[in-house]
Amino acid sequence: MRILPSLYTRRRITNAVGLSISVLAMLFGLFWLCWILLTLLVHGLPSLTPAVFTQMTPPPGNAGGLLNAIAGSVLMTVFGILIGTPIGILAGTYLAEFGQRGWMAPVTRFINDVLLSAPSIVIGLFVYEVYVIRVKHFSGWAGAFALAILVIPVVIRTTENMLKLVPSTLREAAAALGAPQWKVINFITLRAARAGIITGVLLAVARISGETAPLLFTALNNQFWSKDLNQPMANLPVVIFQFAMSPYDDWQNLAWAGALLITASVLTLNIVARVLFRQSATTH
Amino acid sequence: MMIFSHEASLKRQALFDLSFRSLTRFCAFAVLALLAAIIVSLVEGSMPAIHAFGFGFLTSTKWDPVNDNFGALIPVFGTLVTSGIALFIAIPVSFGIALFLTELSPRFLRRPLGIAIELLAGIPSIIYGMWGLFIFAPMFADHVEPWLNRHVGSLPLIGPFFSGPPMGIGLLTAGIILAIMVIPFIASVMRDVFDVVPSMLKESAYAVGATTWEVMWQVVLPYTKVGVAGGIMLGLGRALGETMAVTFVIGNSHDLNKSLLMPGNSISSALANEFNEAVGALYTSSLIELGLILFFITFVVLSIARFMLYRLGKREGQAS
Repeated sequence: MRILPSLYTRRRITNAVGLSISVLAMLFGLFWLCWILLTLLVHGLPSLTPAVFTQMTPPPGNAGGLLNAIAGSVLMTVFGILIGTPIGILAGTYLAEFGQRGWMAPVTRFINDVLLSAPSIVIGLFVYEVYVIRVKHFSGWAGAFALAILVIPVVIRTTENMLKLVPSTLREAAAALGAPQWKVINFITLRAARAGIITGVLLAVARISGETAPLLFTALNNQFWSKDLNQPMANLPVVIFQFAMSPYDDWQNLAWAGALLITASVLTLNIVARVLFRQSATTH
Repeated sequence: MMIFSHEASLKRQALFDLSFRSLTRFCAFAVLALLAAIIVSLVEGSMPAIHAFGFGFLTSTKWDPVNDNFGALIPVFGTLVTSGIALFIAIPVSFGIALFLTELSPRFLRRPLGIAIELLAGIPSIIYGMWGLFIFAPMFADHVEPWLNRHVGSLPLIGPFFSGPPMGIGLLTAGIILAIMVIPFIASVMRDVFDVVPSMLKESAYAVGATTWEVMWQVVLPYTKVGVAGGIMLGLGRALGETMAVTFVIGNSHDLNKSLLMPGNSISSALANEFNEAVGALYTSSLIELGLILFFITFVVLSIARFMLYRLGKREGQAS
């Protein structure tokens, strides 16, 4: 039965080589993740003093913190989410619940999927064109609008996906009891998909809290404490960008501290979102 | 009396239904309006540059703010070259990762490893940029680029692309960092499409004696090729539009160089660096036209990607 032993060996060897390369590829991916995280810990931890959370961004050569930048980031992220989430959930509801007929739902779905990965710097350019030029100054609102535009596609996608997972027997049961459609959607299907939708919102928060490019032309930066969303507003990513590119050691150290903060919060959000979703998926 | 109030309530519910449906429809329409608004505002903003330079904008290598003479060739070239390098590295690595996660990994490692790769996508791009500038670029300049110079730089044909002073920053560095950033996107799409292959197909192949590698190349890959191509295009779309990571390491020089070790520029990094400092209507407008070109390229690439992924999804729907 031993026909062509050489062919057999060659196939075995090809297989072994291919599979080892696959293992190496996996290690290659993990290697970068570990290297980047390790770098952040090594450079960020020593700079992460209490002052980072209690003081304002300093002029070069002085000690200081990132308080105004953290506050600005949180403020703009919150408003970005508050503006973007309702629009995203409603539009996602349309796609999942009313979008069976007509041209509008497929076209919207397609455009939304494209916008999901569209370059964020172009979004910043767009907000600059339609808002910053009109009001003639950079502002926190402009930053929040740019972030909201990034939130919408993420929330639409997850909302639609989650609503489609809700069994239609649930809708039919509610409709059979005489509930009008708006009640069925609001009190039955959206509620059943709640955990998944919250996951989507968390992922959207994670996505926008690290975004730098759209804020460059919209919120710009502000060295001082500001609660006024009509003024230029400090935010972590742009401060990190400015400080890291500067020649001053103090600023670079603060940039590392900020980088560690952002990465830690973004990765935590990512993990929390996944765990949350998994829990809801197992209870259904 | 009872009947009247019942009818009124029914009517009211119908009205609620109609308004709720209209509200959701309006929000969906807002997405379409948003796309239209982005295109209109970018075209409007770049009108002065379009009038001044016409189609010559695309082929001119000039970038001269002092004399108000601008051309897009160098940033467009940089964007395409860095994305090309990124795909060249990322495609085989992503395939390996997807293969590992779907066929080789022990079951208990599958989830944590999948999450780890996806976390790579979660790291903000500015972090890649900082790490690239302070850690990766110096290491690259000290250890890799001299080696490239000595061993690859002297080869015929490809030599000129890999010779030049080892500065650490440049097109090649930007391309490598982009590769790390798009690997998780491509790998997770590949993993998802590999997962839709009916296990009956794979088991049949194993049953007639195929090795894992052969199952992958001759069964799984042909079955999912549209989806795999879609995933690659999706990664390309990401790489083209990536801003902060590239801005840190590309060097921002408006020179056209044959060598990949030399600094260059990309559309997004030109925007990030120069837009706020641009004085003069023509300068600003030229930058906006760059943004328009970027949006156009990514839009086409991402549309193709989605189209391919939908096609795979549709076939999947018919089969089941």
